[in-house]
Amino acid sequence: MRYLDEYRDPLLARQLLDELRRTATRPWRIMEVCGGQTHTLVRQGIDELLPAGMRMIHGPGCPVCVTPLETLDRAMAVAARPGVIFTSFGDMLRVPGTDTDLLSLRARGADVRVVYAPMDAVRLAAAHPDREVVFLAVGFETTAPANAMAVLHAARLGLTNFSLLVSHVLVPPAMTALLDDPDCEVQAFLAAGHVCAVMGWREYEPIAARYQVPIVVTGFEPLDLLEGVLMAVRQLESGRFEVENQYVRAVRRAGNTAAQEAVRTVFRVADRAWRGIGALPDSGLELAEEYAEFDAARRFDVSGLCPVEDPECIAGAILTGAKVPTDCPAYGTRCTPRHPLGAPMVSSEGTCAAFHAAGRVAASVRSTP
Amino acid sequence: MSIECPAPRHEEEVVLLGHGAGGRLTEELLDSVVLPAVGETEGPLEDAALLPGRPDLVMSTDSFVVSPLFFPGGDIGSLSVHGTVNDLAMRGAWPLALSVSLIVEEGLPLSELRAVMASLGKAAQEVGVPVITGDTKVVGRGAADRLFINTTGVGRRQAPLCPSAANARPGDAVLLSGPIGLHGTTVLSTREGLGFESTIASDSRPLHRLVHALAPLGAAVHVLRDPTRGGLAASLNEIARDSSVAVEIEESAVPVPEAVASACDLLGLDPLVVANEGCLVAFVDPETAEHALTAMRSIPEGTQAVRIGEVVSDGPPGRVTLRTLVGARRIVDMPLGEQLPRIC
Repeated sequence: MRYLDEYRDPLLARQLLDELRRTATRPWRIMEVCGGQTHTLVRQGIDELLPAGMRMIHGPGCPVCVTPLETLDRAMAVAARPGVIFTSFGDMLRVPGTDTDLLSLRARGADVRVVYAPMDAVRLAAAHPDREVVFLAVGFETTAPANAMAVLHAARLGLTNFSLLVSHVLVPPAMTALLDDPDCEVQAFLAAGHVCAVMGWREYEPIAARYQVPIVVTGFEPLDLLEGVLMAVRQLESGRFEVENQYVRAVRRAGNTAAQEAVRTVFRVADRAWRGIGALPDSGLELAEEYAEFDAARRFDVSGLCPVEDPECIAGAILTGAKVPTDCPAYGTRCTPRHPLGAPMVSSEGTCAAFHAAGRVAASVRSTP
Repeated sequence: MSIECPAPRHEEEVVLLGHGAGGRLTEELLDSVVLPAVGETEGPLEDAALLPGRPDLVMSTDSFVVSPLFFPGGDIGSLSVHGTVNDLAMRGAWPLALSVSLIVEEGLPLSELRAVMASLGKAAQEVGVPVITGDTKVVGRGAADRLFINTTGVGRRQAPLCPSAANARPGDAVLLSGPIGLHGTTVLSTREGLGFESTIASDSRPLHRLVHALAPLGAAVHVLRDPTRGGLAASLNEIARDSSVAVEIEESAVPVPEAVASACDLLGLDPLVVANEGCLVAFVDPETAEHALTAMRSIPEGTQAVRIGEVVSDGPPGRVTLRTLVGARRIVDMPLGEQLPRIC
């Protein structure tokens, strides 16, 4: 298949792995930022085929995982209201809030619907003028343009029954927060290709220069990741720290300027709490004042929630790459995709869920029959 | 590492859609609620059961709640025939008779009911199975979604076939009769208007002739399963569990049609867990694998039959492993719960 098969070619994959083994002379630590990349790495077992000592650190780029518990509890509070049609991407439905999740709410009668695009939620609002339609707008720079377009479209239609519960986050502030941590082990980044398809990579250039860290804009197929890792290792081996683009078929340096313009129109940069990481200044998006009427958090009074994280969950250490899922005593026992204690076990892009789906167990468990 | 039971934090007291998705949640519901009430059955749960005292006869029942009622490649009428005929066939049986029960929601246009029944009748005729009894109920608006159909079938085993999910043995070749993922992605795409429905169609079709073609191999055919809900991943996990064997398949050998791969990529689904209604997995003696493939390929339902893996002797019982495109191995787990609701 065009644009798919050629990036999954087993022979080319082995050639890239051989080249990687010839190139890497040290146990480099490379972080793939995006959860989609983590998924491919673990699904294909690429991280286990890397040269000895080299390690991938799985980054914070899973939107489901970093959405704060408070946002989830707000979502449940809004969804439980009579008259509300609550819409979301499917992944968010199983994420546990403090008391429940959206799937369980639906089983109890709440009108919770999976949509595949925010524009579907706008269409629902137009078709049901007597109902309030709320869309859970989470994600990185990748999903922000479509959410912005949905708001612009709803405004054009004059809809007063459509709103967004916004918890958008931005990649560069998370990268700098990681790099500022004195315990940070990351020596190079694979930047998220789809985020860069929207934003381009200009904003990564000062990060590469300031922290002297190579950044490779990378795609999501097995060969993309292998090539991205190889490009990062070549930079590390030669002492370079530049922003390079592996994902040339999708990403330009300036990104998609029309999409950026829509985002700038509808949203403004704001401080944002990241689940497991904490509050980071200027690390998210909220609706701009002109579009505040579309803000579900204002429309429905959902303040005053006091969410409590499960004390056993080490999501923070997972999201920052300080620990891997198999380090967690609850992994695979008290925390499974069936009963997730925290978000990284819920989303298929979450590091814990990716490990669990691939059947990975802690080394201590593996050795016992 | 602690080995305590998982401490559930979730609400447990209501049925979730995922309990009907054919994965781990369905297993839990059967084990905790259904089976304790009706009494334990002997042996593993199979697609169809041998009638007590009459092991030459096989019985199976299935309810169909697919939404939408009509989709490219089929509709709820033909599906309700194929589903039960195939469940019988997976125990090596030729269908003798079907019952059909309708639960109709008030307000369903008669023209739609007529179209569904015409399709059901045509499907039964093509299979060559008579519908000998049935029932019709109408419920108020909102008490059902348009139309639900239950079919029950009785079949006669085609001696010397005696496949069972518990019969897989180390060394067995794992064969697949055709491409995977078509039914689930077609129904989802049609329901949600995703645009793939113009390029794909459900694989819904009867498989009894395909099984008949395997009959001469007799007892060398150890297991037959049609990977419906939960897809190939669920079927292989059930077989590995019920036979206490380890199964290994080759990712590059599993046929995934282009449109299915695209749709799954877009939606974040794994083709291995997407439902099928017109292919089967066969575990056969390795000596007869080539014969089995030739036999399957000789009829239209099996022209694309391939070998996708084997039962390995060195893996832990119950485990299904996939050799990935890049040559690593990963475990194929039992799907959890709801992925594509109401696909059959």
